[in-house]
Amino acid sequence: MKALIALEDGRIFEGRSFTGPGEVSGELVFNTSMTGYQEILTDPSYKGQIVTMTYPLIGNYGVTPEDEESLGIHLSAFVVREYEEDYSNWRATGDLGSYLKRHGILGIEQVDTRAITRHIRLAGAMKAVISTEDLDEVSLVKKAKDSPGLVDADLATLVTCKRPYVWERGKILELDDVSPDRLSRLESAEQASFRIAIIDCGLKFNQLRLFAKRGCQCVVFPATVQAEQLLACEPSGIFLSNGPGDPAAVHHVIETVKELVGKRPIFGICLGHQILSLALGAKTYKLKFGHRGGNQPVKDLSTGKIEITAQNHGFAVDEASLPSGVEVTHINLNDNTVEGISHRDIPAFSVQYHPENAPGPHDSEYLFDRFVKLMS
Amino acid sequence: MPKRLDLKKILIIGSGPIVIGQACEFDYSGTQACKALKEEGYEVVLVNSNPATIMTDPEVADRTYVEPITPEVVIKILEKERPDAILPTLGGQTGLNTAVAVADTGILDELGIEMIGASPEVIHKAEDREKFRAAMENIGLRIPRSAIVRSVEEAVAAVKDIGFPIIVRPSFTLGGSGGGIAYNMDELKSICQQGLDLSMIHEVMLEESVIGWKEFELEVMRDAKDNVVIICSIENVDPMGVHTGDSITVAPAQTLSDKEYQYLRDASLAIIREIGVETGGSNIQFAVNPENGDVVVIEMNPRVSRSSALASKATGFPIAKIAAKLAIGYTLDEIPNDITRETMASFEPTIDYCVVKIPRWTFEKFQEAQDLLTTSMKSVGETMAIGRTFRESLQKGLRSLEIGRFGLGFDGKDPWDKGIIPDMDEIESKLRVPNSKRIFYIPYALERGMSIKEVSKITGIDPWFIFQIDKIRQKGNKVRQKGKEALDDLFQIKREGFSDRQIAYLTDMTEEEIRDLRFEKNIKPVYKLVDTCAAEFEAYTPYYYSSYESESESRRSNRKKVMILGGGPNRIGQGIEFDYCCVHASFALREEGIESIMVNSNPETVSTDYDTSDKLYFEPLTLEDVLHIVDTEQPDGVIVQFGGQTPLNLAVPLKKAGVKIIGTSPESIDMAEDRESFQKMLKKLGLKQPANDTAFTLEEALKIASKIGYPIVVRPSYVLGGRAMRIVHDEEGLRQFMEEAVEVSEGHPVLIDKYLQDAIEIDVDAISDGKLTIIGGIMEHVEEAGIHSGDSACVLPPHRIGKDMIEQIKDATRKMAKELHVIGLMNVQYAVKDDELYVLEVNPRASRTVPFVSKATGIPLAKLATKVMIGKSLEELGLTQDPEVTHVSVKESVFPFRKFPGVDIILGPEMKSTGEVMGIDQSVGMAFAKSQFAVGLELPTSGTAFLSIKKGDKESLLETARTLEKEGFKIIATSGTAEFLLNHGVDCQKVLKVSEGRPNIIDMMKNGQIDLVINTPSGKKRTLTDAYRLRRTAMELNIPYFTTVAGAKAAVEAIVALKKEDMDVKPLQEYY
Repeated sequence: MKALIALEDGRIFEGRSFTGPGEVSGELVFNTSMTGYQEILTDPSYKGQIVTMTYPLIGNYGVTPEDEESLGIHLSAFVVREYEEDYSNWRATGDLGSYLKRHGILGIEQVDTRAITRHIRLAGAMKAVISTEDLDEVSLVKKAKDSPGLVDADLATLVTCKRPYVWERGKILELDDVSPDRLSRLESAEQASFRIAIIDCGLKFNQLRLFAKRGCQCVVFPATVQAEQLLACEPSGIFLSNGPGDPAAVHHVIETVKELVGKRPIFGICLGHQILSLALGAKTYKLKFGHRGGNQPVKDLSTGKIEITAQNHGFAVDEASLPSGVEVTHINLNDNTVEGISHRDIPAFSVQYHPENAPGPHDSEYLFDRFVKLMS
Repeated sequence: MPKRLDLKKILIIGSGPIVIGQACEFDYSGTQACKALKEEGYEVVLVNSNPATIMTDPEVADRTYVEPITPEVVIKILEKERPDAILPTLGGQTGLNTAVAVADTGILDELGIEMIGASPEVIHKAEDREKFRAAMENIGLRIPRSAIVRSVEEAVAAVKDIGFPIIVRPSFTLGGSGGGIAYNMDELKSICQQGLDLSMIHEVMLEESVIGWKEFELEVMRDAKDNVVIICSIENVDPMGVHTGDSITVAPAQTLSDKEYQYLRDASLAIIREIGVETGGSNIQFAVNPENGDVVVIEMNPRVSRSSALASKATGFPIAKIAAKLAIGYTLDEIPNDITRETMASFEPTIDYCVVKIPRWTFEKFQEAQDLLTTSMKSVGETMAIGRTFRESLQKGLRSLEIGRFGLGFDGKDPWDKGIIPDMDEIESKLRVPNSKRIFYIPYALERGMSIKEVSKITGIDPWFIFQIDKIRQKGNKVRQKGKEALDDLFQIKREGFSDRQIAYLTDMTEEEIRDLRFEKNIKPVYKLVDTCAAEFEAYTPYYYSSYESESESRRSNRKKVMILGGGPNRIGQGIEFDYCCVHASFALREEGIESIMVNSNPETVSTDYDTSDKLYFEPLTLEDVLHIVDTEQPDGVIVQFGGQTPLNLAVPLKKAGVKIIGTSPESIDMAEDRESFQKMLKKLGLKQPANDTAFTLEEALKIASKIGYPIVVRPSYVLGGRAMRIVHDEEGLRQFMEEAVEVSEGHPVLIDKYLQDAIEIDVDAISDGKLTIIGGIMEHVEEAGIHSGDSACVLPPHRIGKDMIEQIKDATRKMAKELHVIGLMNVQYAVKDDELYVLEVNPRASRTVPFVSKATGIPLAKLATKVMIGKSLEELGLTQDPEVTHVSVKESVFPFRKFPGVDIILGPEMKSTGEVMGIDQSVGMAFAKSQFAVGLELPTSGTAFLSIKKGDKESLLETARTLEKEGFKIIATSGTAEFLLNHGVDCQKVLKVSEGRPNIIDMMKNGQIDLVINTPSGKKRTLTDAYRLRRTAMELNIPYFTTVAGAKAAVEAIVALKKEDMDVKPLQEYY
């Protein structure tokens, strides 16, 4: 089934749908990871985006529930050069196309994805519409222009959990009562030395898995949580998760974090990093086309070591806006943008990239240890 | 960390001659390293015995020793040059082994020389299987159950724990040579014995078989600050059990999810750290159980490798160059990425295409060899193809192989195209036992109704690849079914990687018609960039591949431009020498300010380094693919005379299509190839050739033979490397030959020449600008005419023919160059017999000997020829005199016999060597001695010589036997030879042949009682004879052996020289 991708600047790309008919809008971005499509699909940070994979063959190893990073697919549509219906892997339980269909997500193939990537690199990430129904280019471009876009959109609230939950035996256990008493009677408390209160702006399960592995009980709250609610569970530390969209638009979380700073050690990832920075008084800005992939080099300025990181962000913290007391701890070696900050006096630090990987290299898992140490 | 200032002078060890398992990828790596170090201001000393390499060009390193790569010689160089450091990780296993052997003598400490990149301890830890095992266990990784044994008895005991099938892997050898899979006790014993003999440390590892597991490789780099990155992952299509060099491989890995890939990545990081490679690249191989994902580590190479060269070409990340910079102290974040310029080398390349590498085998060269693929590598070359899908790349790769195929079937070459339908038994056995044709049998199996699952089960190839192959098959069938109607869908067909030849065959049209139709519909490929980053950053390096997509990134410049067609995959007869010439063409164009555009499909070469030419098109060398590039680039000229037979075959069709071929015209090239016009020319010039004629049929051939008289030399026309060429002594031999020849050279006649027995063969390389012809070098073959010139050792300048004859040769060469209107290079082969000069062959193009002559004389012939081709005169270029040299250079060939069990090692008119070395010194004896050391033979200066000489040769070798006796050798001989020698006053002892009982000569060889073997073959049926077993044993035990009179004489002369004086070393830069 023929599909057109229309960009707000008038550029059109052609492809065909491998998941049936549909029409959807979103911000068109590209991801350079060669593996990990299922983790990307289920990463809530892609809410509102149409993701193009630069690697041309997608679907090779099928899908498996084990590789889900959240309960659903959050991106708007998925664009590839060639969809591989015939998969092969001992863990696979099904093919990618059916998986997308089941989640009602449009998948487009036979697209010159390299041409898309080059266009975005030069013109910047932009709004786009994909349709198999309306094949009129003019109409589609107009639709793209009229679509809402990401700037000033609070998307975190759309993808956050509805109710608090605890990560129990590798699964979600929803709880109404998150009192310390209740929490300490759970199995997850038995092996745990720490309790972490998590503000879920669109978190990835691997963050919970990595905390749990390090003896932390994870208590996850919706993004709308109030500071005192969160502190009421008597956490040893607070974690600000990743999430989609414009950080500046998530005012309520920024306000909550302002209240929390200094009360408990804080660790933020991606959107969580931007929110912490904003709460500390810094500013964020939109990058031309962002960083999305599993090969981004980051330098830890304290050790001089380079880590290859997984990244997925379209906004960044403006270094010049950092208040005194806050220092840059990590930088991106490709474009020298801020990749991590830390407060000198208050136990709070964050990174722009994804140390929980999934997908991506495991080089940065040490940050989870660093946080555990900070709580000790 | 900035670069180290305490180092000033660094020695790089090359990899020596091209052999199976160690080919020109190490010239690519070494050249990069030399350039990188020089760029940083270090003085680079290089040792490499291979004259056909770019790295041994005098301007690449500061001090270039074309000397044998042995510990003794390297120590001499160290003592003379006193470098601050040795960089051992760029010269393959040879470089690594030699460096370790040197270090083990303690000389490095004595002279205060540091080993950078990898220390001897690290190399031992990675290479010594027991140490490696322990290291892996330390970091919680599993390696297959195994045992180290040092005798066959130990092996028999060990197999009780490990079980059959069992893998036998000798420690410290090249390309896994000598290894194998044993399924029973007998096989275990025999493979084990061979492995023990081959191992430098007489040690073999027995290993649990993981045959059928998926095989993956990761290319890892580490810097001095412990930063580690993965450059590329490679998945082997052929599972464990087939050497990775013999596997079709794909980059990146296709069937691993992120979790599994990251597990291998984590393991790789842990391994490089645990082994302790300080800086540089390593290759790590894993086996993964397809049933449950269990992972075992197979091996780690703490150096650049064939796979790292492939990874560099597949990603655009120059591993060797970066490894060299890391070795001198830079860290990854300090080295810029040349391709993106704005980013640094501290990242992991991501690619947005699919790369397929396919090995090129030459089983046809070794009649007795079985077409079987095992853990011992057999391929002599490879081709790489880049496309946007696996199917596109696979089909491109197959047509790049130049084995007469134009994709995966559907090209009129499948058995059923000839009405033969392979039966299921044949198909099954071809699938089950890995062999060079297996890939073509997969569609046959599917066509016969075998399920994808079944094919996968039998072959061990992951179903994902079978799915893809099945899609190609289905598409092809659809096109066949629909016929011309299918052409409405031409764009989609092209997207599946089908060549015009395949489409033409399926639709009953001609290739040209399909091309015209496509051009009419504007269905042409676009060119995409290889840029390390999947277009995330702008790329500045124009390295292209074609695909059928919407957007092209190739931009034609306004500069004057010349396109060079490379040689494609290496094979016997067409290897690095031709790539060398192509690279020189590129350098020459750059010097002249002309844009150079390289087209080639061989990932091992310097020519496909992205900074060799202004533009690089990594494409198959077929008419279709080349015409597309011509269409895009509109070059002012195309050079076809440097890349060997591959581009020459395209010369006429390209010219027909309106492409401007520069240099000698395709017509002249044709004229030299065409017997009749060539004969006319010789007659006109008053030159002689051996009596000859051409035949299309057996009857004609028999008639001609009886007229000329046996023995005769027979060969098909239009082939390189003497493919299927043979000396025939009688009618029966001729009948046999004619049967095969028709297949080798369809539509071309068979050439029949009188064989000039015991003539001296001469090779001449000349250069002409159309007016002036300069004789670049005259080489006298050591072996007599009749041995392929590519296999014969040769000496420059000649020393057995007189001055008058040399003048006669020069004169004849000049006349022919003029007559053929040669613009560029020309090679002539002559035979001198009874003071008469015969012209054997003229090739108005680059020859295999061009790099050797250039190294021997210091005249860069290929470079000058390029300049001549673009219009310069030799006078303008300052070359007006035939170069004269006072030193002697000897070229010696190396052979892959060891890789092919059951093959006899005697030489003939069909080329069998894979590579060459050069020995250079003041005397013929010493230069020859060096060439022997360089090929790995240790000429003895005392001990026992064994002689077994055929009837006709006895007289000629009498003097040689006397010399050996005089030099203090004990001589033993078989009965006939012994009798002869005793009768002529040479003291010798008789020894039994194998068939005469025991103890016999083979027992003596095995007991280490023989130091030199001279055996001239009688020409009888080969493999059954005693002589065959004798030669084979000598080769396997690495006892110096000579099978020709001339070779034996030269060897003894060399022994005399070695006894008279010490072997001295001298860099090329001091010779001229």
